[in-house]
Amino acid sequence: MKVNANQEVEVKSNLVTGSDLLVQALEKAGVEVVFGYPGGAVLPIYDALHRNDTSFKHVLSRHEQGSIHAAEGYARVSGKPGVVIATSGPGATNLITGITDAMMDSIPLVVFTGQVAEQVIGTDAFQEADMIGITTPVTKYNYQVNNIADLPRIVNEAFHIATTGRPGPVVIDIPKSISETVTINDYEDDFYLPGYQPTVYPNPMQISKITDELSKAERPVLLAGAGILLSGATEELKQFVNNWEIPVVTTLLGLGSYPGGDNLSLGMGGMHGTYTANTAIYESDLLINIGARFDDRLTGNLQHFAPNAKVAHIDIDPAEIGKNVKTAIPIVADAKQALNVLLQQEVNRGDYTKWLDKLKGNQKKYPLWYDRGDNPISPQWLIEQIHEKSNGEAVVTTDVGQHQMWAAQFYPFKNPDNWVTSGGLGTMGFGFPAAIGAQIAKPDHLVISLVGDGGFQMTLQELAILKSQNLPVKVVILNNDALGMVRQWQETFYEKRYSHSLFSENPDFVKLAESYGIKGMRVSDEKDVPEALEEAFSYDGPVVIDCRIDRDTCVYPMIAPGKGMHEMIGVTK
Amino acid sequence: MKRIIIATVQDRGGVLNRITGMLNRRQFNIESISVGASDVRGISKMTFVVEVSDKQKLEQLTKQLNKQIDVIKVLDVTDKAIVTRELALVKVVATNQTRAEIMTLISAFRADVIDISKDSLTIQVTGKPEKVDALISLLRPYGIKDLTKTGLTAFPRGYQPEQGYSELNSVSAHG
Ligand SMILES: Cc1ncc(C[n+]2csc(CCOP(=O)(O)OP(=O)(O)O)c2C)c(N)n1
Ligand SMILES: [Mg+2]
Repeated sequence: MKVNANQEVEVKSNLVTGSDLLVQALEKAGVEVVFGYPGGAVLPIYDALHRNDTSFKHVLSRHEQGSIHAAEGYARVSGKPGVVIATSGPGATNLITGITDAMMDSIPLVVFTGQVAEQVIGTDAFQEADMIGITTPVTKYNYQVNNIADLPRIVNEAFHIATTGRPGPVVIDIPKSISETVTINDYEDDFYLPGYQPTVYPNPMQISKITDELSKAERPVLLAGAGILLSGATEELKQFVNNWEIPVVTTLLGLGSYPGGDNLSLGMGGMHGTYTANTAIYESDLLINIGARFDDRLTGNLQHFAPNAKVAHIDIDPAEIGKNVKTAIPIVADAKQALNVLLQQEVNRGDYTKWLDKLKGNQKKYPLWYDRGDNPISPQWLIEQIHEKSNGEAVVTTDVGQHQMWAAQFYPFKNPDNWVTSGGLGTMGFGFPAAIGAQIAKPDHLVISLVGDGGFQMTLQELAILKSQNLPVKVVILNNDALGMVRQWQETFYEKRYSHSLFSENPDFVKLAESYGIKGMRVSDEKDVPEALEEAFSYDGPVVIDCRIDRDTCVYPMIAPGKGMHEMIGVTK
Repeated sequence: MKRIIIATVQDRGGVLNRITGMLNRRQFNIESISVGASDVRGISKMTFVVEVSDKQKLEQLTKQLNKQIDVIKVLDVTDKAIVTRELALVKVVATNQTRAEIMTLISAFRADVIDISKDSLTIQVTGKPEKVDALISLLRPYGIKDLTKTGLTAFPRGYQPEQGYSELNSVSAHG
């Protein structure tokens, strides 16, 4: 039979590999950037990235943990899902910390892991790891692709699940035999998820219960969590709070959901929150939680948590409501939709004058405080300087430890989505790679990564990305030659037995930066700080500044473990 | 308190693992789970018997079940008019002297002998858990060589006195 030449061409072009289908699906999902690292099981995928003129770029990290934290930082700042590719076995297991971190902090990620060929799954093949088994407890959902016809649908579905409802990480495990299969190119990607229909719109009856209570209340407090940022509801929150004159406490992850430093802002609540914020919750008679999950680092001892308050809780995840705190007014909804309905209610506020006066008085009497040295540098003062020199407008990422708490306390965020930190999992090594993702999301924005000397050393190999992608991230090391937060707990709760928390030697971070071809700076004296920050922030390119801070400074005030919100220590000097 | 919960789930890879893993991780105390097909292709039913300490913990359990992407519906049927069944296979020692006696005994329970050997009988009994347990305790003195139970499976009755059973799905969705 003679084949028509045109027909033949058509048949050929309709044949693709599983990897090409994946690339197409990513393009269709509007992906801008993929963070990844190659290896055996994803070689067909990497070949497809090479072969196709993709509409997204690929950023090569130096460790898969770097890829996934960068994807988290990107997602947090852009509001779009972060996408990661890693190979099977060790590549995939290197992602676990980041996947868990994203699960805890509701960050949308779609993570592709390579898998050994289907024929050898289950035989302990080279670089085989059971990623479905390993990631089931730490993902919103996961898939192994066992039929190539499902691939486009699974990718489409994964992006939907990751980004809707309460966002979270979704893993797609792709056997090499699937990614290299040659197949036709006409599979559907429609999906049907009868078990996944997040409730977005609030029950209006429940909403009016909140405003009814507000009319009766004398001591209301609003607790603003990351849910407000995730649903893009900061304007609605501002309006609601100002209409009713409700004082606002922000969670660690919710910083920026309401402008820090504003008249009605009491600052952060929780273990290292302000005295005013914590006692306000303790004394409140009505506590309205929007988009926070009453984490134990916020609540302290639950027995003493808001003992006199009627609690209203708005959350898109019904399972968070009533999980830790007894809730009188439960509302399952997206924060923005709930606030929209709240804004439609008539404003008929109770008399909060005495309450607001009292809180103002507390803020005056018990502000955040610190001791000022000059050499070494006082860390809190350094954060204030960074705030000033960046006009309070930088995107700030942090690692985990004392510096993280000082950043949360002393860098008030007036804008949403400028704050990137690891809250639920408290992942050291998060801050620096997260800044890489943040800078990619906002290429023209000043991005500052505040890291400890401990945590920075967990993922600093990603300095290579700063260089290769020419990303002007400013890495500020708050260098106390210590695992400062551990040292603080040992000082306070273990009679100064500093077991393995003091570094006797750190690398020369300036030379280290320079060895990556990056500008390195060091400041040890407070008088040099303003100029150094100006120089670094205006420098056209990445900078690493080693700031020698005082080792003995502790983060205060504090709710000691097991204590209630009204039992803070270190409230005053 | 003991509760009987039925989850309707989409039959997808790893669904049982996903759900039992979650229950275990969140420290829920599961007495039995039975899983079976429903009349709709691709949809299964899971029946859980759980021991929970209080109402709040029960609410968490149903919410966490509902939160699973594959779970379509969760019903707590404990307080409803329900039909519950369990199946047990019991291999019991039977000699020439005791065989007839055991046969008479089990016929009162409408249980069947499904296998006979020289020195044992294998009995199948179906019914409410109390009935199954009662027969097992009567057989115990003869010497039980092997025993297996399916776990409970349950169904709300077609006719519900007063109001119908509540659908926790909609309760949790609207608070
Ligand atoms: C991966 C990981 N390992 C251990 C810890 C426990 N941990 C919490 S804070 C901290 C010290 C961090 O030291 P550093 O990065 O220097 O920050 P600092 O507290 O000194 O500001 C440690 C070890 C953690 N949070 N994450
Ligand atoms: Mg340190």
